[in-house]
Amino acid sequence: MSTVSETPAIGLTHHGSEDTGLGHRGPESKSIVVPYGFWLFVLSDMVLFSALFATYASLVNATDGGPTTNQLFDRNLVAIETIALLISSFVCGLAMIAAKRKNMLWTQVWLLVTGLLGFVFLSIELFEFAKMINEGAPPQRSAFLSAFFTLVGCHGAHVTAGLLWLGTMMAQIWAKGFRQDITRRLLCFSVFWHALDIIWVAIFTIVYLIGTLP
Amino acid sequence: MTERDPEQMNVAPGEPHDSMLSETISYVIGLGLALLLTGISFWVASTTTLWGPGVATGLVVLAIAQMGVHLVFFLHITSGPDNTNNVLALAFGVLIVFLVMVGTIWIMAHMNANMAPPPDLMNLHNQRG
Repeated sequence: MSTVSETPAIGLTHHGSEDTGLGHRGPESKSIVVPYGFWLFVLSDMVLFSALFATYASLVNATDGGPTTNQLFDRNLVAIETIALLISSFVCGLAMIAAKRKNMLWTQVWLLVTGLLGFVFLSIELFEFAKMINEGAPPQRSAFLSAFFTLVGCHGAHVTAGLLWLGTMMAQIWAKGFRQDITRRLLCFSVFWHALDIIWVAIFTIVYLIGTLP
Repeated sequence: MTERDPEQMNVAPGEPHDSMLSETISYVIGLGLALLLTGISFWVASTTTLWGPGVATGLVVLAIAQMGVHLVFFLHITSGPDNTNNVLALAFGVLIVFLVMVGTIWIMAHMNANMAPPPDLMNLHNQRG
């Protein structure tokens, strides 16, 4: 592609020229712009989580004489949760590979496996929450537990929303086929799902592993 | 682009390939690395052979490495020219996350340390100019 003379730009304004500075003319196609916008949302979501992590780190020792991290957390459960979410993220990638080739059967199969593994993760998390509340460690027990339920519960809420989105996408692909707009939505979903796994890496390290060091 | 094309070997890690096999292999490599790093994390947290005070730092380093693996092999963040916008947005996001977390932990730890000094420290005669 030949380079065109670039008009001086101020900030993000391109003064009438539609040169993006990347060798293209005009605005990018929707298949670039939509995932980019969604990527910005995901990054802002990570900023939200960083605030919750900072809160948790500040309050982790504020147990008010109640149960501490070492007494509450079970590493074996966390290991199963971690593996389930990681493989779910991987299978979601396989679904995207199948969707790129417009293969209805394998797209639906891999998306179903993605959802089932996500459901396993969520069930274990809810089981853990219920167990903690029964053992006298509800969110209102201490500042540490408030921060814990906020941080891990916020991630769980994201996974729940992701599962609903996943079901919607499966229905839309089934009913409408691999239309361009549907495929873009599916791509955004996969970015969301992979991002949730990245946040879980931080949670199982900072909350569970560092919390249960001897 | 054929399978034998040398360009195929030139793409950045995680860059989407055209062939289904190489796309799948990219995800398998990502899964393998992520499982390996997760396994090391759980091992590091359980073993007593490592220097205790360094374990927490090591775990954080392992977590950051695993996040990198996820970004490259699952989210396909690459160093390619068509990914510049995504990388710059990511860099800004990492900056904000770093400022919020390190800033908060740093300040709150110092506030805790300064909140309730023992009575003998309140004596100004003990303090050096």
